[in-house]
Amino acid sequence: MNKVPNNRAWWLVLPVFILVAFSALIPLMTVVNYSVQDIFGPGNAYYVGTEWFREVLADERLRESLLRQFLFSGAVLAIQIPLGIGVALMMPKSGIKASLCLILLAIPLLIPWNVVGTIWQIFGRGDIGLFGWGLNALGLDYNYTGDTVDAWLTVLLMDVWHWTPLVALLCYSGLRAIPEAFYQAAEIDRASKWAVFRYIQLPRLKSVLVIAVLLRFMDSFMIYTEPFVLTGGGPGSSTTFLSQTLTTMAIGQFDIGRAAAFSLIYFLIVLLVSWVFFTAITHLDKEK
Amino acid sequence: MNYSRSKGFGMTLFIVLLLTPIYWLLNMSFKTNQEILGGLTLWPQNFTLANYAVIFSDSSWYSGYINSMIYVSMNMTITLLVALPAAYAFSRYKFVGDKHLFFWLLSNRMAPPAVFLLPFFQLYSSVGLFDTHIAVALAHCLFNVPLAVWILEGFMSGVPREYDEMAYIDGYSFPKFFVKIFLPMIRSGIGVAAFFAFMFSWVELLLARTLTSVDAQPIGAIMTRTVGASGIDWGVLAAAGVLTIIPGVLVVWFVRNHIAKGFALGRV
Repeated sequence: MNKVPNNRAWWLVLPVFILVAFSALIPLMTVVNYSVQDIFGPGNAYYVGTEWFREVLADERLRESLLRQFLFSGAVLAIQIPLGIGVALMMPKSGIKASLCLILLAIPLLIPWNVVGTIWQIFGRGDIGLFGWGLNALGLDYNYTGDTVDAWLTVLLMDVWHWTPLVALLCYSGLRAIPEAFYQAAEIDRASKWAVFRYIQLPRLKSVLVIAVLLRFMDSFMIYTEPFVLTGGGPGSSTTFLSQTLTTMAIGQFDIGRAAAFSLIYFLIVLLVSWVFFTAITHLDKEK
Repeated sequence: MNYSRSKGFGMTLFIVLLLTPIYWLLNMSFKTNQEILGGLTLWPQNFTLANYAVIFSDSSWYSGYINSMIYVSMNMTITLLVALPAAYAFSRYKFVGDKHLFFWLLSNRMAPPAVFLLPFFQLYSSVGLFDTHIAVALAHCLFNVPLAVWILEGFMSGVPREYDEMAYIDGYSFPKFFVKIFLPMIRSGIGVAAFFAFMFSWVELLLARTLTSVDAQPIGAIMTRTVGASGIDWGVLAAAGVLTIIPGVLVVWFVRNHIAKGFALGRV
């Protein structure tokens, strides 16, 4: 669409600007301020420059949790994106069945995150949960509170359960936007199902897939509540992701300077990756 | 292409797998604790509503739901009020710094809430808003406003400019045009934006818990008290969980036809 140059449009944006400045800019400046100081108490702070940043970058515990975070986000994307596409392809196209599927798919997305943790905490237990009990009954030695691998798989499974519907819904809306004539043409050409998917559906899904990957990356990278309720970060620190490490540092140990420096690095990583995706989205928008 | 049997089977299987954990929670909420701990039963043998009675008869329990509802509705109202004009500006005009501003807004949707935890706590304490509903509502604007602007901008860009121009020619003032003509045209977009504001404010707990202590405590924080000296009260925990799922299911019913478009941020 052709947009008209008009700087008075700033007046319309002003309320958002003020609101977000209050709820984002002030806190962010506070974090920056903390990150360069060593604080012993009110009115007792010293400027330390980049010392916290150097310490954080050298911290073994943080590196481990960063690595875990990337592994987790990578696994989340690798499972959820293909599975979501698959589910979207299986969905009915219209009618009451389609509406029903949409509503049922959306349910996990609307459950408060701590309750998601609670559901899986119960579901995975060997004594009172169907999932844990079932696996044990099959002769598998499954215990998510004691075994690192089991804990990881449970957290991953929980996230797949929780967020695959989002990817499926996105892809479903992308598939619905493909004109029926495309399929008719493919039928005349006797195109195989795979060819229809590869050359008609997948290219058309590109723009929603970029959004899906962006949203899933961002949100899996900030995950806190669900694993905190489910495993509490354990056993050991095997499922402690970045947000939990940060929260423990800031609130638990009140290590403000270090936590602030860590926050900024954390934020920058998310921002950098998201910027790449955002550029891709605007690029795709222009192509249309 | 016809909707084939194998697809229907696959879809049913996925939905069943999706609903099983939720069924398990529902199942447990109707059981007594003796039955829960006594052994695995696929449906309640001694059906009881006692767990729900605990929640509905104790104001410290049900006030959690009321608190959550209050700050969620406040957040929805604020979000829509500020996001509508901004989205209009982004969809219609070019102005100095528009692209940077848009990305800056979105970057707040990307900010991990954990980063803002401590500054938020201090900021709201210093202005005397700690433990109020409005504090949580404002904090949730951090990620809801950018998302709402993004969604609404997508829907608004779908309305041709000619409508705006026609209205001016017909003698409508801008506010009158905006409220009487433009808003009704994008009402599905507004519904979707409101739905997303509801959703992300309803499911968030980290900020909501940190910014409240007693008066505005969300239900998610109250649920942790089922862990008592004698272990976890599983039945009540399950009942409380089930009750948090219901509002979401009710709301999703209203936007079922637009939800997919909304998840694509109005961009399909």
